[in-house]
Order: sequence, then structure tokens, then C-alpha cells
Amino acid sequence: MKVAFFVTCLADHYFADAAADAVRLLRHLGCEVGFPPGQTCCGQPAYNAGRTREALRMAEHTLDVLAGADAVVLPSGSCATMVKKFYPRLAGEGVSRATALSERTWDLAEFIVRRLGVTRLGDGLSGRRVAVHQGCHALRELRLETEPATLLEGAGAEVVPWDAQEECCGFGGLFSVKMTAVSAAMADRKLETLPDVDWVVSGDGGCVLHLDGRSRARGDAIEFVHLATALWRGVN
Amino acid sequence: MVRDYAARSREIIRDEPGVREAVTGATIAFDEKRRKGYAEVDADAWRRWAEGVKNHTLTHLDHYLTEAEARLQANGAQVHWAADAAEAREIVIGLATRRAVASVVKGKSMVTEEIDLNPALEEAGIEVIETDLGEYVLQLLEEPPSHILGPALHKSLRQVQDLFAERLNTAPDGDPDTLARAAREVLRNAFIDADMGITGANFLVAETGTVALIENEGNIRLTTSLPRVHVAVVGIEKLLPRMTDLAGFLQLTARAATGQPIGCFVSLIQGPAAEPGDDGPEEVHVVLVDNGRTDVLAHEHAWEALRCVRCGACLNACPVYRQTGGHAYGHVYSGPIGSVLDPGLLGLHDAMPLPFASSLCGACEDACPVRIPIPELLLEWRKEAQDEGLTPWKERAALAGLASVATRPGLYRLAGRIGSRLGARGAGRALPMLGEWARDRALPKPSPRTFRQLWRKGIE
Repeated sequence: MKVAFFVTCLADHYFADAAADAVRLLRHLGCEVGFPPGQTCCGQPAYNAGRTREALRMAEHTLDVLAGADAVVLPSGSCATMVKKFYPRLAGEGVSRATALSERTWDLAEFIVRRLGVTRLGDGLSGRRVAVHQGCHALRELRLETEPATLLEGAGAEVVPWDAQEECCGFGGLFSVKMTAVSAAMADRKLETLPDVDWVVSGDGGCVLHLDGRSRARGDAIEFVHLATALWRGVN
Repeated sequence: MVRDYAARSREIIRDEPGVREAVTGATIAFDEKRRKGYAEVDADAWRRWAEGVKNHTLTHLDHYLTEAEARLQANGAQVHWAADAAEAREIVIGLATRRAVASVVKGKSMVTEEIDLNPALEEAGIEVIETDLGEYVLQLLEEPPSHILGPALHKSLRQVQDLFAERLNTAPDGDPDTLARAAREVLRNAFIDADMGITGANFLVAETGTVALIENEGNIRLTTSLPRVHVAVVGIEKLLPRMTDLAGFLQLTARAATGQPIGCFVSLIQGPAAEPGDDGPEEVHVVLVDNGRTDVLAHEHAWEALRCVRCGACLNACPVYRQTGGHAYGHVYSGPIGSVLDPGLLGLHDAMPLPFASSLCGACEDACPVRIPIPELLLEWRKEAQDEGLTPWKERAALAGLASVATRPGLYRLAGRIGSRLGARGAGRALPMLGEWARDRALPKPSPRTFRQLWRKGIE
């Protein structure tokens, strides 16, 4: 299957290796991966801030860039939600184009489990204890309630229950810089309830940047791993 | 501006760490009960039904208000219309003065907080006693409620023990039962002495002219039955068409609020005592309050927030609310529902920056018994705030800049490289947004090579 990889801004600049692991994983699962070079930002920062005009300009740009793709895969539940769920709300006159793209767009874990039907990757994670942070868009918009854990377990990991597993980490894009103290306190709640694990795994780079930044400021020694990297290690 | 939410929330988190602990603990306990309460029934079907009933009622509000007024009057209750908070206060004080009321007992009511009734009554020389245990605690402390359902849930047991030891002479380590008994002794006398009882209403049934009140303590039952005069202050959105609708809403609201199948006490008030000597007050008054609600109803999007039944489920589910409790929000309605209602009730300018006091995680929408799409409504208010220029110009400029860059791939790649380099050297702290980020977090570490560079080189 041909897949257009939409890397997203944060993964491009802060999780480049994880994004490369996502490409390796998709190839391993038999996909032919392409990278449409004109891709930029999906527009979510503007959308969440209520800057509809700017968000629409970025959405239209992305719709142009991804026009010919059979399937689009993003290593981010949040950006995948922007394309899948929020473009059709935004698109106005271009709504049919946005709806068509929506049906072809997938978050990485969603694509592997729901589209490819794969849940067993290997046993590369056996003996590893992991906690899963579920990004809110992946959880409540895409309803990926079990997919990330299923894949991690399908690669041999022990997924340890986490009281605050489904709670928002406090990133929220612009929220994290507008309401800094509350945002940090929300991260603290996640970190305070974290069980004893080797890795904290998340399919959303934004959440990881925020949680990792907060945990380093607190002096914790927690290893955060992007889901794409964890799964690729699971294959091997 | 309601208050500076960002600064106030920072103060609460920094200076009153007990608030975060108490609020987090209490809301998580409530939220778990709500989940269990929903799981016992086909909650999604109930919620869709309830949404439909409320939508129907709100789109025929004039009809049901007229019907309710006629039924209430036929039952012997007197109906008063208040366009705003000042009129509502005047009506209640007028009633109290006419009947030479010296002392008032109150049931917990958000709308009487909204219209600032207590200070007005006290100014008129009338003693006011809050009879809900949480409200009573807050009245002694001279604090506003912090939560729709548990007004004092931001207080620890220790704080209540200290307060009651000082004011009610309880033992310094009195257990919750002892504390409740001490309060009850004071309140029992207050019920007996009071000339007027004031409550809100959970629902007003148009078909029968019935004021419905849900509670667990029994204080509302006494407030509405012992004093000579009962005044129910009711927001106009509280209407339900029929008694059969009420049966569903009583159960759904209790499950959403506390996971209970139904409240311990449900009072259905049909009017005053029929004959002298019968049980019940001599007079029942219903004050129907608009105070901005018709403006909310006329709003293209925000009207959906008027479905709210004030159960507090969205506050309990909200990870933002849990860090500070309600006081950070600066208005009587706090948490997710407050952030969508307040801009409608107060005007957006006065409610800023509440629509931005959310990470848009969506937990509130999943919890809401009447399916108010709170994240979408927050976004609608954000759009209006942007269009009206109510957000910081630097933020607007940054987002306009992002759009310009992101629609030009070459420029985007260049900007990304410059941004990463700056970030890698720590110079990013000087940038406005990263500076705020770095207040409470370590700066992010950029990848040595961007994905684009890795892709060009070839990914093995």
C-alpha cells in the first residue's frame, strides 16, 4: 500500500529519529512510503487559538499537498485529528475535499491496527515495563482507547496501569504558554501518579515535549519514548 | 475582565497547595462515582434523550414559560419576572420587607450567588443563614463557593475542624459526623426562627407548575416547608415541559452529579398550604430570572450551554479545574461550563480570558449529561475573542506569521532550521512563547538533524 507520510512540525524538528522509525515501521509492514515535500504545519495552533482564517489557509495548503495521496499517516494523534476531524469543520467551500481526505488519513497506531489489521509486531519489547500516555485527541476524538497499548503488548512490553493514564497532560498547544502554571500542575499530576516503569510512551510529540520538559525541571529521571520508536524497537 | 485567570491560578497553585490536593481528590472521587452511575444504565441513550428534551424546551421557551406561569398561579404560587440581577434582588427584598422578615434561611443555589442576593439582604438588615453544610462553612469563612455541587470541596477536613472548633466549640479533632451534628444544632434553630426560606430550583415543570429540588442533606426540605414564606429563584432555562420529563432528569442529574440513582431528598413544590393549619408555607413565590440568558439563547452557538443542569460533572472531569478549584475563574460559574456560560452572561470582554482556560481535552463533553459540546463552544468564543481583538497582539501576530510561513514550504523549512538552532543554543528563552514555556519547564531539545534532512539522506 502507498502511504504519504505527514511528519508534522514537532516530529520534524524534535522527534526526527522517531519519525524515521515510523517510516521504517511502515515499510516493514509492507507500505511504500512517500514524503510529499511541500508539507508544512497542519494549522492546529491557529485553529485552537480561534484564528480561523489562518487555520483555513494552512488547511488549504495541506489539502493541496496531500491531494493525490491514497493514505496519509501521521506520527501524532493530535495532528491526525486536525486533518481528520477539524478540516471538515473548517473547510467551508472545500468541505468535500476535506471530507475525502479525512477518510484517507490515519494516526500511526490507528493505521496499523485498524487499517492494516496488525497487532503483533515482534518481541523486541519483552521484559520492558511501559506506561502509556494517551493524547486527548487520539483518545477522545479518534477513540484510540486501546490501540497503542495493544501494539506495545503485541511487541512484548508489559503495559503498567497508570491512574492518570487518560488525563490530559496539560500541553494543549498555546495553552501551555498562556496558562503556564496550570499546565505545569497538570503535568505534575501525571508525573506524581506515574508507576515504576522503564519508559513512558506516547504517540504525541507535543505531550512528550511538555511532560519531559516538566520532569527535567523537577529533576525527575524519566525516559520518554515516542510510540513510533517503541514499536520499531518492538519489531527487532 | 473577570480577573487575571493566569495570575490567579498561579497564585493558588503556589500559595495554597492544599487547594489543589483537596480539589483533585474530591473531583476524582465524584468523577469515578459518575462513571459508575453512567455504566449502570444506557447513559448514552439517556443523554441523547435529555439533550433532545432541553433543545425542544429552549426552542419553545416562551410557550413553556407562559404555561409554567399559569400553572404556578393556578396552584396559588405568585410569579415574578426579573430581567436582571438588580430586579431579582429588588423583588426578593420587597417580599421580605412586606412580610417584615427578620431572618432568612437559604438552600444552596447558584443563581442567588449569581445575582449577589446575600449582601443585598444583609444590607436591608435581614439575617441570612446558608443551610447547606458546605455553604454554611463558606459563609463562616466569608468565601464564595468554589464548585457547583460541593461549594467547599476546596477545603480540607483540617480547615473545617479548626473553623468549627473556633466558632462552634467542637473538639479540635472532631470527626465529620461530629462536625455535621454541631452545624445541625445551629441550623435547626435557624430553620425554626426563620421567616423566609430562599432556594433555587433544579427544574420547573411547565405542565404542573412544579418546582423540583434535589439534595442529600434535608436542609432544602426544611427551608421550603418551615418558614412562612418560600421564595424560589429560578433561571428561565430550568424549565421542563412535562412531569414525565422530570422523572428522567431527576435520575440523570443525580447520576451525573454523584452517581446516585436519585438524590436522597427530592422536593416537589406545588404551591402554598391550601388551608391555614395545613403543612407548608403561607406563600410561595417563584422569581424567574433572565439576567443575560435570553442573550445566550440568541447566540448562534452558545445557546447550547443553556441545556446545563448544574450537576458539576464537567468540573469533576476537568483536569484544569482540578489544579485550582473554582476561585481562579473569578465568577460564580467556574470550570468548563463556566468558561462557556460566563462570556454569554457577562459579555465576552468581561469574561476574558476564560475561553482560553482549557487545554480542549474533551473530558467535560464526555461527562456532560446533556451533551453540551463544551470544547467546540470554547473554540467559538475564542474565534469571537480573536475577531474582536481581545487577545494579545503578539499572539495574533505570531499566528498570522505561522500561516504566512506555513503556506510557503521553502520559507517554512528555513524558519524551522533557524528555530531549531536557536532552541539548541538556549537562545529560545528570549522568544516570547518559549520564555513562558521555560518558566516552569526545561526547554525542548531539538533533533540534531530534522526529519527532512534524514529523509533526503535516505532512511535505512
